[in-house]
Amino acid sequence: MIVENSEVILSVKDLTASVEGTPILKGVSLDVKAGEIHAIMGPNGSGKSTFSKVLAGHPSYEVTGGEIRFKGENLLELEPEERARTGVFLAFQYPLEIPGVSNLDFLRVAYNSRQKHKGLEELDAFDFDELVQEKLDIVKMNASFLNRSVNEGFSGGEKKRNEILQMALLEPTLAILDETDSGLDIDALKIVANGVTQLTTPENAVILITHYQRLLNYIQPDYVHVMEGGRIVTTGGKELALELEERGYEWVTEPEATEARV
Amino acid sequence: MTIQVSPGQLAKSKATTQREVYLAALLNQRSEFDRQNLSADLGDWLQDLRDRASVRLQDLAIPSPKDEEWRFTDLSSLLQVSFQAATAALSAEALAGFNAVLPETAESCLVFVNGRYMPSLSSTAGLPQSVTVGNVGQLEEPYAARLRHYLAQQPGSEEVFTTLNTASMTDAAVIWVPKNQVVETPIQLLFISAGETATLSHPRCLVVAEPNSQVTFIEDYVTGDRGYFTNAVTEIWIEENAQVNHTRVQRDRSNAFHIGKTAVSQARHARYIGTTISMGGKVSRHNLEIFQLGEQTETTLNSLTMIAGEQLSDTHSTIAYSSPYGTSRQLHKCIVDDQAHAVFNGKVVVPQAAQLTDAGQLNRNLLISPKARVDAKPQLEIVADNVKCTHGATVGQLDADEVFYLQSRGIDADSARKLLIYAFAFEIIEQVPIASLQQALSQSISPPTS
Ligand SMILES: Nc1ncnc2c1ncn2[C@@H]1O[C@H](COP(=O)(O)OP(=O)(O)OP(=O)(O)O)[C@@H](O)[C@H]1O
Ligand SMILES: [Mg+2]
Repeated sequence: MIVENSEVILSVKDLTASVEGTPILKGVSLDVKAGEIHAIMGPNGSGKSTFSKVLAGHPSYEVTGGEIRFKGENLLELEPEERARTGVFLAFQYPLEIPGVSNLDFLRVAYNSRQKHKGLEELDAFDFDELVQEKLDIVKMNASFLNRSVNEGFSGGEKKRNEILQMALLEPTLAILDETDSGLDIDALKIVANGVTQLTTPENAVILITHYQRLLNYIQPDYVHVMEGGRIVTTGGKELALELEERGYEWVTEPEATEARV
Repeated sequence: MTIQVSPGQLAKSKATTQREVYLAALLNQRSEFDRQNLSADLGDWLQDLRDRASVRLQDLAIPSPKDEEWRFTDLSSLLQVSFQAATAALSAEALAGFNAVLPETAESCLVFVNGRYMPSLSSTAGLPQSVTVGNVGQLEEPYAARLRHYLAQQPGSEEVFTTLNTASMTDAAVIWVPKNQVVETPIQLLFISAGETATLSHPRCLVVAEPNSQVTFIEDYVTGDRGYFTNAVTEIWIEENAQVNHTRVQRDRSNAFHIGKTAVSQARHARYIGTTISMGGKVSRHNLEIFQLGEQTETTLNSLTMIAGEQLSDTHSTIAYSSPYGTSRQLHKCIVDDQAHAVFNGKVVVPQAAQLTDAGQLNRNLLISPKARVDAKPQLEIVADNVKCTHGATVGQLDADEVFYLQSRGIDADSARKLLIYAFAFEIIEQVPIASLQQALSQSISPPTS
């Protein structure tokens, strides 16, 4: 929801980034305020995942210019784990499988690092188990997933739900969901959307990267941005997503079309 | 005949090269076999066994990197050290630091300090009467008489360190499980090297599992802070349809030298489950030899080498088939950090007679630092045509994306790496059949505690 005078959580200015010397992000600017939900759409390869990974601090991407401030702090100076602890969360487009690391241990270690950072009490295995049972309900996940290795052998939908479970535990200020809706059947989509809605409050914000209007039926974005060639080329309200669904991206991404709108 | 080598005689003996002289000097450190509780007959036989081995040693030398079997494992640093024969027994206080008897084996353990059996630290109260667990002096008939059919009787070629052990052994840990007996309680054989000087010891273990019996034992090596040299030999006989679950843990300090041999003979339908953890030693070598001597034998080998700093750890394994329908599953993993160097040579021999063998070998290596090194070589010698033999080897680093994934959830980079290393190791550690030992090993990789 758009709230007058609410705090700017994330402020990105003229961000450029490259991978192995190839520029991918070519000047992204975006402001996100508390309470808002932003959708980022755009064709394959336009830089959406790159943008999300740069926000999370992936070491493969070199930031070559611009700035990112998160709750007033220079995010680019923080290590990935510090970003996570101050409240940035990225639900990955392709969550990794980590054989041998128990999902439960992983969740507990992650949860406790954040608790420690906040100066709050770390939970022992017993208390954590209670907490995680509650959160499992949000994503309607079976407790048996906790005893398996992180994402190992999980179906696509199960991996996505595991990402939302992590989000539910970590309660981020800014959640970036990179195509969390892709590859989900309608039931899983509702579960994920419902989970995200439950976790959205006036104090935090969400960036949804998606290709489909479908998700936006369940989670209403306040802004829809279109990314193309490493830039945000258009921004509109939720009706823009509908228009994109109908007309494709060409009309906003064609150079002349873009010119015309400026 | 006893060979007594004193420095004065060395010049006249056949030993001329540095590696021959050094070997002769090592032999010279040996003490007498403790004959106190032995029958004259057994005592003589053991004396003769040692003497014959001493004679064979005259033609041998400490291996050099020119020997194919020792190509990557340079023993030059061993030659720099002059070891002392272990002498006086250590006080209880001196041993208090080695609290290595496991809770699960408090009443089923034999403790040897610098090669000497320590009855006061050992207990077999928790084991069935019919099972023999003790040192050679404790052997009763008929086992004492039958010892000569098993001790130092394993097939295969004898190499120099095994010969040195046979020539120098002063005692042996013996587990003898009679026919049809299933021993539920795990047994620990704990070998401690301790004391103020760099000592040399030659631990020896003999395990005989008679037909249809079953036993689980842990062979455990720990050292104090001098650079000791442990030269151990373990011989395991698994008779028809018997099962032995063996865990070998080498957790010497990283300034020690450790050479160990495990020889296993499996009769028809026998099952061997071997788990090896090698994490200690400045230079260490484990020679593992499996002889499948009957039809349909099963061998499971899981091993983990985990080294850092300047450590070098070498595992040479051989699985020698001889009969049809044998199976083996071998998983050898190495985690190598800093400038450490791991060596693995995995030989599998399948002669014409061993049709329908099913042998699988997998070697996975994790190099933590850019200077870490591994030399791995599968060596399949397959003559039989109707067999299934597979092998695979991988060498990898920690996956940067996996580390990032964990970091992105607030776990610091160091803990993330540890978590991933732990995960890699745990596949082997979880095979260790004793909970407290599993836990101790896990803690040594320091998984995240919060
Ligand atoms: N690690 C990398 N190495 C090389 N090229 C990369 C790397 N990461 C991204 N790219 C390139 O950067 C461009 C943007 O990729 P990105 O994954 O950000 O696109 P996207 O908008 O998320 O696409 P999609 O909708 O398909 O998920 C692509 O051309 C991609 O090939
Ligand atoms: Mg993407």
